[in-house]
Amino acid sequence: MKKIASVAALSAIAVGMSTAAQAEGTLDAVKDKGFVQCGVSTGLPGFSNPDEKGNWQGMDVDVCRAIAAAVLGDASKVKYIPLTAKERFTALQSGEIDVLSRNTTWTQTRDTTLGLNFAGVNYYDGQGFLVSKNLGVKSAKELDGAAVCIQSGTTTELNLSDYFKLNNMQFDPIVFDTSDQTVKGFEAGRCDVLTSDQSQLYALRIKLADPSSAMVLPEVISKEPLGPVVRQGDDQWFNIVKWSLNAMINAEELGLSSANVDSMKESSDNPSIKRLIGLEGPKGEGLGLADDWGYQIVKQVGNYGEVFERNVGAGSPLGIERGINALWNQGGFLYAPPMR
Amino acid sequence: MPTDVNKGVAPSSKPKFWNDPDKRAMLFQVLMILAIVGFFYYVINNALTNLDNRGITTGFGFLSQAAGFDILLTLVPFDSSYSFGRTFIVGLLNTLLVSFLGIILATLLGFVMGVARLSHNWLVAKVAAVYIETFRNIPLLLQIFFWYVAVLQTLPSPRQSIELGAGSFLNIRGLYIPSPVFESGFSAVVIALVATIIGIVFLVRWNHKRQDATGKYFPVGWASLALLIVVPGLVFLLAGSPLSWDYPELRGFNFRGGTTIIPELIALLLALTIYTGTFIAETVRAGILAVSHGQTEAAHALGLSNSRTLRLVVIPQAMRVIIPPLTSQHLNLIKNSSLATAIGYPDLVSVFMGTTLNQTGQAIEIIFMTMAVYLTINLLVSLFMNWYNKRVALVER
Amino acid sequence: MIINDKKLPDLPPPTSTSGPIGWLRNNLFDTPLNSILTLVIGYLLVTNLVPLIQWAFIDADWIGDSRDACTSGGACWVFVSVRLNQFLYGFYPESEYWRINTLFVLLGLLLAGMIYEKTPKRGWIALFTLVVFPVIAYFMLHGGSFGLPVVETHKWGGLTLTLVLALVGIVASLPIGVMLALGRRSHMPIVRSFCTIFIEVWRGVPLITILFMASVMLPLFAPEEIDLDKLVRALIGITLFQSAYMAEVIRAGLQAIPKGQYEAADAMGLSYWKKMGLIILPQALKIVIPGIVNTFIALFKDTSLVLIIGLFDLLAIVQSALADPKWLGYSTEGYVFVAFVFWVFCFAMSRYSQYLERKLHTGHGARQ
Repeated sequence: MKKIASVAALSAIAVGMSTAAQAEGTLDAVKDKGFVQCGVSTGLPGFSNPDEKGNWQGMDVDVCRAIAAAVLGDASKVKYIPLTAKERFTALQSGEIDVLSRNTTWTQTRDTTLGLNFAGVNYYDGQGFLVSKNLGVKSAKELDGAAVCIQSGTTTELNLSDYFKLNNMQFDPIVFDTSDQTVKGFEAGRCDVLTSDQSQLYALRIKLADPSSAMVLPEVISKEPLGPVVRQGDDQWFNIVKWSLNAMINAEELGLSSANVDSMKESSDNPSIKRLIGLEGPKGEGLGLADDWGYQIVKQVGNYGEVFERNVGAGSPLGIERGINALWNQGGFLYAPPMR
Repeated sequence: MPTDVNKGVAPSSKPKFWNDPDKRAMLFQVLMILAIVGFFYYVINNALTNLDNRGITTGFGFLSQAAGFDILLTLVPFDSSYSFGRTFIVGLLNTLLVSFLGIILATLLGFVMGVARLSHNWLVAKVAAVYIETFRNIPLLLQIFFWYVAVLQTLPSPRQSIELGAGSFLNIRGLYIPSPVFESGFSAVVIALVATIIGIVFLVRWNHKRQDATGKYFPVGWASLALLIVVPGLVFLLAGSPLSWDYPELRGFNFRGGTTIIPELIALLLALTIYTGTFIAETVRAGILAVSHGQTEAAHALGLSNSRTLRLVVIPQAMRVIIPPLTSQHLNLIKNSSLATAIGYPDLVSVFMGTTLNQTGQAIEIIFMTMAVYLTINLLVSLFMNWYNKRVALVER
Repeated sequence: MIINDKKLPDLPPPTSTSGPIGWLRNNLFDTPLNSILTLVIGYLLVTNLVPLIQWAFIDADWIGDSRDACTSGGACWVFVSVRLNQFLYGFYPESEYWRINTLFVLLGLLLAGMIYEKTPKRGWIALFTLVVFPVIAYFMLHGGSFGLPVVETHKWGGLTLTLVLALVGIVASLPIGVMLALGRRSHMPIVRSFCTIFIEVWRGVPLITILFMASVMLPLFAPEEIDLDKLVRALIGITLFQSAYMAEVIRAGLQAIPKGQYEAADAMGLSYWKKMGLIILPQALKIVIPGIVNTFIALFKDTSLVLIIGLFDLLAIVQSALADPKWLGYSTEGYVFVAFVFWVFCFAMSRYSQYLERKLHTGHGARQ
């Protein structure tokens, strides 16, 4: 009888342990799989877009790569899952992806009722309007009665209604599933105006047959802080994503780039740099990562400034200026908490 | 093993219960119920755990929240201050609108093409055959995309609108037609119209009875048409023409006023009509071929004219064969109208299962509501058609 | 007086009733109405077809590697030929194309073997195609064993993906459909009502809502530790949808088998499964082959809906290529190409199914 009881107790423990193992955190799951599953857009130049060979590139993609570099020590260990605007939250909720890095606006509803956590902001954006130059419109206030092309399932859809209502103007919303379709609708003349986040407008403009025929209006009608999103309830993973992003911003502030990180590692006496590289300070323990996680991010992906220039800045076809996305000490909003 | 055989041989020994088909069936069904209940329990439990673990709120409370977005085409008043529940109604009505128009147009096209394929005119028959064989074998979604691009490419910008006369305009933003504005006395006209329709129903019944009794035939179709025009028309004039028109006019970027038929609707209708028309044409052809030629000859021998032969002999019999598959084509059209989402026509799937789902994140509730709508429409149409089918079915004596 | 006893030779019929002119008279101009119709339609055909042919063939550009090659004003087929590999294989790595090619050659051979009536052991070939081939196909396409590198499912696309979706849908739905059809004709009320409800529910909702459910809700219904691939989820949705239609086709076949067959099997003392497996289903399935081909055609066309849930089938991949700024303005060429590919497949299959129907018609008298 005793024997049976002990066997039962043992198996109960075993069952308990196995369920505990199943409910492991995202970090362990990622380490087991050997890659980060990252939700990106189905194709938005500058943020997440596959090139001709199918390699993903962009600001949002580089966030994924930074996380992979921090967690696995290899920025290429990412599996990109292209998602439409509609699918993105359910894909994250259901565990299909580990992190959503898909120009997603941080709002209260999304943060609180969808079971999601925004880990930070990797691009400060705002909604704007793209119009055809021959329309002769100079300001968004002149858009009364316009037909507006817009992508379904975005915050822009809500902002647009608010803006037109506030200014007592009428409009016809022409709603498409993908940003490609909105561009085609705009190109064909189905709508007078294309509205989206400003960064996207520049990206979409180069998809027009004649990009110079269209212009972005000066008004910015909303705040669109875009950033990576994780599931609620896994603070460790939340911290990893948050600090991967912070490390990139801090690296730029410290003048640490992929080009000089190796020499800095040898020679720098700056304690902040030493802490970022993982030679001193909190290192990786609190995050559950290797000590050199910060070094890996800077080495393999680069600092925020490099990422910006390469994907959307002067070094890219988009040519967006840093503007509000400059560091806090250079007139922008980017301010990462110190690493110590 | 074969229990029934053994029963006769050894009636004293009862068969083992698993060899008794009745008991075995019972057992099997109990197991099946357990399996189904277990499965649903498992799935629902999983869903609840998952939702709970991920902090997703559930319930239908979202339906009363303000939607915050606008919709291009609404048959009932709507703007961004209405609730998410209202978006459901708006989407549903738009689905019904395109389905209703599509069913009428596709049935018309299908009948014309089905008859044309049987035409003695070689060219007509071949054109119909090529139409059917081409459009039947191309995915509907592709046709929707194609027609949308074609519609957008052929229509001019608002400032170069094509004027169609009678205050109507056609451009890339849609077909703009004047919309009627009903004034106070118009209800009298509506009442007159309803009364006339009731009167016509009685007239038709009376005519049937008289024809059955005396064989005399009264041209009831023309008479009803005349009644339908004359009676409400007279009331309309007597009430002092209580109707005016709201004409569309170019203001700023677009036409305002009147009624707009958006290009998405035009493209979707074109695609649905042309695609479903091919299947209906085949149905109609099969139905007509199913009526034996002897029937036509017999009708001619009785001295019925061509048109009456067709109307009284051939069509009623062909309809019996046509109705069941025609119904399923209509149902297919309703279901296929959900592809509207691909070109941004604001139907139920696009508005409710698209935008609303996205703004609220309530996937389970919204998808089930959407599926329930299509199931209900399907059931209602099937019930109606079954009832109709029973009415026209062959009564064997 | 001339008397001729011999029969005069038959005169040829007047030219107005035979030959091309007679044919024209009989078939195009027999009544005034028909004459008018003929003239109007003929006029419309000539005015529309001539520019169409001019556009599609005579003025078209066929060779080149960028849009600069398209100068003649006709169709720019260069757009299609430049991207043909992507349209056929999706994002599959180029070095692994041979795997897809081998598979489809094998499938072609198997199908040819099944269709050609004099092939020995056609039943075994059919069984092989339905059971063994999908396994081979999985290992070939996905890789990961036998030294083949893994190709992730999100790299599958184009015509390959369309065929994978349609073939898996039909093969997987066949056994489920058989069970559902048997269940719907069962005498056990609970089994019957369950199968009826199952079939009617899936037939009553649009495929797109099922795909949405599969892509969005399935992960919520599955236990947390199970991670279903996007393609797998789409396949589950398609299979459920298709099995309901398949069940109805097979049920029609079961109903068409004369009652005597059932009674004879019962009289032989066969158990239910032996009766069905050995007597009824072999006959019923044979009758419903045209019906199965027809549902396959429908499914083949319906696979294009997966573009709405973000899978890159043939239509989706062409659609995305149309957004390439280097190739703007060639929508028509892209759509015509997709339409042509689908049409060839569907038309061929529908002709085959009609041929089978005619052939079977003489035998059983199963279909009205």
